[in-house]
Amino acid sequence: MYIAVIDYNMGNIKSVANAFLSLGISIEVTCSPEVIMNASGVVLPGVGAFHDAVRNLKDLNLHNSIGKIIEQKKPFLGICIGMQVLFEYGTEGQICSGLGILKGSVEKIPSGVKIPHMGWNRLKIIKKDSRIFKDIKDAESFYFVHSYYAVPANSNIVSSTTEYGTELVSSVEAGNTFGLQFHPEKSSSCGLKILSNFADLAFKN
Amino acid sequence: MISKRIIPCLDVNKGRVVKGVSFVNLKDAGDPVELAAFYDREGADEIVFLDITASHERRKTVVELASKTSEKVFIPYTIGGGINSTEDVREVLKNGADKVSINTSAVLNPDLISKSSSIFGNQCIVVAIDAKRTTKGNWEVYIHGGRTPTGIDALIWAQQAQRLGAGEILLTSMDRDGTKDGYDLELTKNVVEAVNIPVIASGGAGNLEHLRDVFIIANADAALVASIFHYGQHTIREAKEYLLSEGIDVRLADKK
Repeated sequence: MYIAVIDYNMGNIKSVANAFLSLGISIEVTCSPEVIMNASGVVLPGVGAFHDAVRNLKDLNLHNSIGKIIEQKKPFLGICIGMQVLFEYGTEGQICSGLGILKGSVEKIPSGVKIPHMGWNRLKIIKKDSRIFKDIKDAESFYFVHSYYAVPANSNIVSSTTEYGTELVSSVEAGNTFGLQFHPEKSSSCGLKILSNFADLAFKN
Repeated sequence: MISKRIIPCLDVNKGRVVKGVSFVNLKDAGDPVELAAFYDREGADEIVFLDITASHERRKTVVELASKTSEKVFIPYTIGGGINSTEDVREVLKNGADKVSINTSAVLNPDLISKSSSIFGNQCIVVAIDAKRTTKGNWEVYIHGGRTPTGIDALIWAQQAQRLGAGEILLTSMDRDGTKDGYDLELTKNVVEAVNIPVIASGGAGNLEHLRDVFIIANADAALVASIFHYGQHTIREAKEYLLSEGIDVRLADKK
C-alpha cells in the first residue's frame, strides 16, 4: 500500500514527497508505469511550463498510465501544473494539447493584477461535501504560485474558487480525480490535512 | 485577494542561526531547521534564510540547509547567500527551496537574473537590494553585505532587476536595519511604486505598529521580521491578530 508520486522532472517533487513522509504515509517517488499502476493512489505534482510538463509525460510514456489510472477510478491528485495538464489544451506561449482527461483549457490570468499570482489566498469551497476538503473550513488560506489557471468546460467539476482580480478555479474534482491549483505541500497544516485526506481515500478505496 | 505576508528572517552562519534566539520551548534554537519549523507551526507565511558563511564551503551549506528544511517545513522558503551561478540556483531549488535570493552577484552579473529566471521561472528569483540614503535624498545600492557602495540608484536598480526577470524584491534599508525605529517607509513606498512585482520590506521593525505602517503607508506586499519574533517580544499570532484588527488582510492559521 503506497501512494505513487510521479517524478517527471518538473520540480518540487521533494517537497511533495517530504510532506507525505512527514505524515507517515508510505510513498514511492517513481516514473515507472508499473509502480504507478500498482499504487493505491497517484499524485502528479509539478511546477513549470505546460508544454514542458506534457512533453516530459509523453517522453516517459506516462500519459497512458495516467489515463488508465483515472479510467480505473483510482484516486488521482494533480497539483498545480499536474492538474493543468489533465485539460484538453494550454495557451502558454502557443496552443499546446494536454492529456484531455478533463474538458476545458488552461488560460492566462486576466491582466490588472500582479502575475504570477503568488502568495496566500483564500478558497471559496463550492463542493461542501468534498472528501479532500474534509475538516477544512471555508475561506481557509493556501499557497499559490501560477500565471495560468484552469477553465473547465463543465462547471460541475469546480470544487473551489479563489478571488484574484477575477474568480479563479482553485480546485476541481470529478469522481476520484482531484486537481489543486495551490500547493498543499507548501500550505502548512491545512495543506498537509488535504494530503492526508487524499491518502485516506486512496487507502480506503 | 492575496494576503500580506509576515516572513521571519534567519541569519545562518556555518549551519547555525546567528542572532541569539530566546525560546524556551525549543530543543535547539540555534538549529535553523528547528526554528523554521517552529515558525511554520506559529503561522509564518514564509521563511527567509540568509547564509552569511564566508567560505568556499558555502554552496554545500546552503544546499544542505535547503534539503534538511524540506523535511520539516511546509511553507515556502527562500535561501540567500552564496548563490553565484545558475548551477547554485538549480541545486538549492532541487533540494526543496522555493526561491533563491541574489544580492551581490545580481549587481556584479545581471545576466544571472535573466538566465536563472528563464530556466526556473521568475517566481523563484528574488533580488535582494541593500539600500542606503544619500545626502542627495535618493538611495544607493550597496553590495558585499553592505560594505561596498556601487553608485547605483536603488529605484533604478529595482526596475532593472524586474526587467531582467526578478519575481520579487527583498528591500533592506541599511539606515534602519538593527535600529528598531521602523521600516524606511519612504524608500519602501518608492520602490513599491517603481515596480509591479512584490516587494518585501526589511530593516527596522521594532514593534507591531511598524508592521502596520509598512503595509498601509508604504503598501509593501510582505514584511521581513527578525528580532520582534526571535526575542519573544510578540508571537506571529499576536502580530497577525493586531494587523487584522487594523484592517489588513493576513492569513491567520487555526489555533492548535
